[in-house]
Amino acid sequence: MIIEELIEYAQKLHLREKTGKHEVKVCSAAGCLSLKSEAVADELRKKIAELGIEEEVSVKPVGCLGLCSKGPLVTIDSGNRVYQNVKPEDANLIIEKAKTDPQSETDKFFTRQQKIVLENSGQVDPEKIHDYILRDGYKALHDVLEMTPQEVIDEVTISGLRGRGGAGYPTGLKWNTVAKTGNIKKYVICNADEGDPGAFMDRSLLEGDPHRVLEGMAIAAYAVGADEGYVYCRAEYPLAIKRLKNAVKQAERAGVLGKNIFGTTFSFTVDLRIGAGAFVCGEETALIASIEGKRGQPRPRPPYPAEVGLWGSPTLINNVETYGNIAPILRNGGEWYAAIGTEKSKGTKVFALAGKIVNTGLIEIPMGISLREVIYDIGGGIPDGKKFKAVQTGGPSGGCIPEQFLDKPVDYESLSELGSIMGSGGMIIMDETSCMVDVAKYFLDFTKDESCGKCVPCRVGTVQLYNILDRITKGTGTMEDLDELDDLCDLVKNTSLCGLGQAAPNPVLSTIQYFRDEYIAHIVDKKCPAGVCKFHTHAETGKSEVII
Amino acid sequence: MVTTGKKVKTFIIDGKDVSGTEDQTVIEVCRENNIEIPTLCHLEGLAEVGACRLCLVEIKGSNKLLPACVTKVHEGMEVITASEGLKKYRIKILELFFSERNHICSVCVSNGICELQNLAQRLGMTHVHYPYLFPKFDVDASHERFVLDNNRCILCTRCVRVCDEIEGAHTWDIMGRGIESMVITDLNKPWGESESCTSCGKCVAVCPTGALVEKYKNAVDKSFMYKKDKLKFLPYLTTMREVKNEQS
Ligand SMILES: Cc1cc2nc3c(=O)[nH]c(=O)nc-3n(C[C@H](O)[C@H](O)[C@H](O)COP(=O)(O)O)c2cc1C
Ligand code: FES
Repeated sequence: MIIEELIEYAQKLHLREKTGKHEVKVCSAAGCLSLKSEAVADELRKKIAELGIEEEVSVKPVGCLGLCSKGPLVTIDSGNRVYQNVKPEDANLIIEKAKTDPQSETDKFFTRQQKIVLENSGQVDPEKIHDYILRDGYKALHDVLEMTPQEVIDEVTISGLRGRGGAGYPTGLKWNTVAKTGNIKKYVICNADEGDPGAFMDRSLLEGDPHRVLEGMAIAAYAVGADEGYVYCRAEYPLAIKRLKNAVKQAERAGVLGKNIFGTTFSFTVDLRIGAGAFVCGEETALIASIEGKRGQPRPRPPYPAEVGLWGSPTLINNVETYGNIAPILRNGGEWYAAIGTEKSKGTKVFALAGKIVNTGLIEIPMGISLREVIYDIGGGIPDGKKFKAVQTGGPSGGCIPEQFLDKPVDYESLSELGSIMGSGGMIIMDETSCMVDVAKYFLDFTKDESCGKCVPCRVGTVQLYNILDRITKGTGTMEDLDELDDLCDLVKNTSLCGLGQAAPNPVLSTIQYFRDEYIAHIVDKKCPAGVCKFHTHAETGKSEVII
Repeated sequence: MVTTGKKVKTFIIDGKDVSGTEDQTVIEVCRENNIEIPTLCHLEGLAEVGACRLCLVEIKGSNKLLPACVTKVHEGMEVITASEGLKKYRIKILELFFSERNHICSVCVSNGICELQNLAQRLGMTHVHYPYLFPKFDVDASHERFVLDNNRCILCTRCVRVCDEIEGAHTWDIMGRGIESMVITDLNKPWGESESCTSCGKCVAVCPTGALVEKYKNAVDKSFMYKKDKLKFLPYLTTMREVKNEQS
């Protein structure tokens, strides 16, 4: 099959649907769905039918439009204004707008972003493959099959793409390692476990543009010489799972997945594996164990999965967003991608903005823009005139960055210099009402519960860390506790078996580094500067006590 | 022995020139050269898990500490097994073990023959400065010959591995996660009702602490059994493993 045939196939499917001149796109990602965007879409369809203007206007469910806190979101055609907080009653107004005045968006939330991974999200109907094909979908895969695998890997290497799952390992290098293991059975895995609390980048991409991820996986499989792939998705993402399953079926029918793809000798099948919601199962060796049907526990590396992975075979494992970058890189060339971003961090990164910020939602920014731009221009600043205190990146493995570093660029190196990490893209903004000791305690509460229990520094160390933080937030901590925190953090960081334990101390270390005075206020003055932790003094002994 | 064609690597451990074959781990070569490395989860003949973190060593050129039990030797590597930093870490790790569950030696049947206790003495752990956590676990005495006391378990998983890899019964496994992890028999049935258990006693023989013990035996008896049988047991495990490797 040649690409023209595929496009013809897509057009046929497209024509079978009745679409109007203008398309009203209603967000159908989990966020807006929970705000009843379905009802909006239904009402729009009803009104259009009543008015008999199907030829002019039609309704299309699409993936995440970004500004999740203001949903349900509706947009008209492409590049137009995004209507926020839309209710079914607004249907008439929207239809009128669609017919008459397609305004263009000027809000900095949209203009400061640069969409590569999410370029189709909010544009295509995630449940229809033809929509994806008509936007250059599977073209990269088609072209790649005419290149040698080494040429594909070289293109990815030139692009400078680094893993978006957290550690930022160069993707081209990883592909090369797997490719070099020779002509044996290999696997490709897509890590869609996304366990960081508050993160929803991968979910949004899978819900909004599942074919993009599948295309990336297929290209990767061709490059490294694999013929079987798995997407490991957490069970908490039912909509993503449903759309992925649907996408796999459609792709097989269209001949872009399965046996003899595009009529070549290259075959690649994709299967889904559903995780049971353990954070540690995002760690690659634990994830592989889980797919094999074993207890989801990490094992010491080396050997890395690139050499000894699933069922003992060399395995390429990348994050959802990493795969999301592949098709555009192959379509536009590695050089094009490498021109975006900074010296060592290329391209764009998707973030989930959350916490005390005006615009909560999903954003994609070029690497290297400052934290200040992200928070104030795109995020719209802190609500209710409150003062910014810190931004947390990297989830439970990351740290809190204070105000004085807001002009630092968002890239792998700068964030880790500041004691945090890029992580998978969670960004939580905190204002003066957040207590930093409490924040550290929150994350340790998470890691201690999510520790798999295999190695002792993580299993017991995180509990001991949590208990100390708990004492401090209840006003019974001592200055010795503060030293003990430092000492234990060092132990857990350096002796734990996997990344979960090794990174678990980061929230504690970074808050001690930048907000030591808050710890001291809790310990010495028995006061919580943010007013989050409550103490009161025992009438007789004069000692601090907790109000329960 | 037939020539295996294995490549020999030469390298340095604690300043001493040593050699080993390419499939050997650092710990194996250390033991051949009488260099002591503390371990709790490692047991010759069983698969390695790298979980107790006591065998961590420094390797020049690596910014991470690596477990000697799973790290393969390579040409020219320089291993340091007992720097001041490592010694401190090991003591703290032992303290974490002691703080986790009930390891009060004076009331334990394995007092005197416990690997955890021995290590603490050998490495010079004088006290436990972390608060004791003491979760409460039930004691399972339903088996006619053996007792499981999870309060004394350090989750080394030797019992799980010996039962699965050597006996082939896979009666043992781990349930729960984090601090709530515990060893269980079958699908968390009382041990006495286990359908897969063959009552072979291998799990009891490999348990480093007082978590798995034989009924009606006090420490002296166990020490007798331990000394006598364990010496026989290790080569047995190794042989079984070799047979298994040849078959696969
Ligand atoms: C505790 C832990 C949790 C992780 N969770 C995820 C996750 O949810 N999604 C993910 O893509 N990578 C996760 N990772 C990173 C993976 O181990 C792995 O590095 C990544 O999937 C590789 O893909 P990349 O090179 O494309 O980033 C996690 C790592 C650790 C240590
Ligand atoms: S013996 Fe190596 S980690 Fe336990």
